[in-house]
Amino acid sequence: MIVDPVTLIVALITISTPVLLAALGELVVEKSGVLNLGVEGMMIMGAVCGFVTANEVHGYATLHEIVWLDRLAPTLAFLAGMAGAAVLSLIFAFLTQFLMSNQVATGLALTLFGLGLAALIGVGYEGQPIPEVAKPLPAALREIPVVGPILFSHDFVTYLAIFAVFAIWYVLRHTRIGLVLRAVGESHDAAHALGYKVVRIRVVAILFGGAMAGLGGAFLSVVYVENWVQGMTAGAGWIALALVVFAAWKPGRVLFGAWLFGGIAALQLRLQAAEVGVPVALLDASPYLVTIIVLVVMSSNRARAALNAPAALGKTFHASG
Amino acid sequence: MRTLTRLLAGAALATGIAGAASAQDDPFTVGFVYVGPTGDFGWTYEHDQGRLAVEEEYGDAVETVFAESVPEGPDAERVITQMILGGADMIFTTSFGYGEATNAVAAQFPDVYFEHATGYLREHPNVSTYSARFYEGRAVIGHIAGHMTESNIIGYIASYPIPEVIRGINSAYLHARAVNPDVEFRVVWAYTWFDPAAEGEAAQALIDAGADVIMQHTDSTAPQAIAEEAGVITFGQASDMYQFAPRPRVSSIIDDWAPYYIRRVGEAMEGTWEQADTWDGIGAGMVGIGEMTDAIPEEVRASATELMERIASGEYHPFTGPINMQDGSAWLAEGEIADDGTLAGMDFYVEGITGEIPN
Repeated sequence: MIVDPVTLIVALITISTPVLLAALGELVVEKSGVLNLGVEGMMIMGAVCGFVTANEVHGYATLHEIVWLDRLAPTLAFLAGMAGAAVLSLIFAFLTQFLMSNQVATGLALTLFGLGLAALIGVGYEGQPIPEVAKPLPAALREIPVVGPILFSHDFVTYLAIFAVFAIWYVLRHTRIGLVLRAVGESHDAAHALGYKVVRIRVVAILFGGAMAGLGGAFLSVVYVENWVQGMTAGAGWIALALVVFAAWKPGRVLFGAWLFGGIAALQLRLQAAEVGVPVALLDASPYLVTIIVLVVMSSNRARAALNAPAALGKTFHASG
Repeated sequence: MRTLTRLLAGAALATGIAGAASAQDDPFTVGFVYVGPTGDFGWTYEHDQGRLAVEEEYGDAVETVFAESVPEGPDAERVITQMILGGADMIFTTSFGYGEATNAVAAQFPDVYFEHATGYLREHPNVSTYSARFYEGRAVIGHIAGHMTESNIIGYIASYPIPEVIRGINSAYLHARAVNPDVEFRVVWAYTWFDPAAEGEAAQALIDAGADVIMQHTDSTAPQAIAEEAGVITFGQASDMYQFAPRPRVSSIIDDWAPYYIRRVGEAMEGTWEQADTWDGIGAGMVGIGEMTDAIPEEVRASATELMERIASGEYHPFTGPINMQDGSAWLAEGEIADDGTLAGMDFYVEGITGEIPN
């Protein structure tokens, strides 16, 4: 066997976690009719807030020899990452929902602001120690051949991300909250006429999107890289945005897309390591090529495209009409 | 990303302009263009240490400005030009991909001194190039890697297929094979100098392919974290990466640019600066080998140190024949030493490496 499929699957699930979380958050935001292009900025804020928290709590716990606090540090770091990114998204919510600024421009500005602010917050934290993040499932389960590593070797956040796929699908599809959220995203005027608080619902959706992106960023810095470096998300936020469109705003397809993109990345590196002659540049570009192809296919059928995209996506709402 | 760089560059320039305006006697301004963030704890970090050493050496007589994470390519030209318009008298461009941009701007500003790292283009009299003989350091860590590997598979995370990187792979391989004839190199091209997630993935792929020693020619510490979890060993790249010692990081190659930067800035200020192509190694102190930890057996530490000293004194050259090219054709005869021209343009693997260089 040239490439071991088990380690490939384990790697692609791990690699795709940050992008999956961010894309799920953005999906909910877009379903409510808001286009937030600031995912990259929110992710990097999550990464820096998570890492700084993990380091500070670890330092304090070590100094005072509080073992339970040290164990709690990763959890606090994830919460801090979510909070940091949510606070950043609040700026976006205020500008677009209350001051009615252009969503595209505000989202781009949010990314730039987030990257800069994260760099500022993270000064001096590069290479600082953080506690090891314990795996949630017992090591014995991981020893089971094939199934063990694939199903039981992951981090808590990875399981959470996959659970979130089903939770978001269920809420959007089968609950009243999901119906209201979709109504706001399809026609804010109609939803408003029915008495739903369009702005309030959208603000909550934006905050949720921020928290999810932040959790993805915190996973990257606290679990995967175990370090903070400026610009470490390196475009993951943009892939998350592409993924939402690729998935036609369906949570299940977001999961499929995230694993597909992660799988291509993991596979091309493994083919190289196995010295199989592959055009590396082509494989590297393939996620973007696939996205373009999907966009072309989707837009070729207008009725279908209109069916999937929230009708009020990116449109500014004002109660006066 | 590009707009971000613009902002960063703008911020750096604004500091530069403000600094120049407030100083009465107009200090000599030196601009640095970096490919990554100064906090990468690798390549750019060491260049920035060099910049700080220049500031320390000359005090108020020198003002430095820098721009981080500048993409290689046409955009670099704009960043360099803005730096000069902001008052820079001398520019260090610290990555291979800035070569054309550096020379293009140099043509427009003949009174400004340009120094381009790891390049070869010197189209104008005000452009110098400088680099370090990293392959000397790679010979030493290749020697250690050859001794340390038990699976006989060494993983190598490469950035771009340029001579600098290929030379490093060849040097490391030759010296690993010299002590371990069964050794195999697996090379993964990451096509990035700095992307922690991608570098980590590359390390994981190599470990999954059976590698128990990981070498990297990319700038972040992410592969070190992955290796630590997997229990394999690594070497610090560009910077010491000592926070990962004693394992996985068992030693490192350190770039020390400070002496060169101090000397060249001094020459430019005095007016004795001349175009040059500097290529220094372990002997001149431009390449250092980081502390070898206890994870390496004592006799290997001793033999590695001896190899390092023989290279430093000039007694031994890492590319000494007989060496064949990958296809089996002869390159260097017995006792023949590679000339700098061939090394500078190296675009082939030596015999024994099984992969292919992507084009």
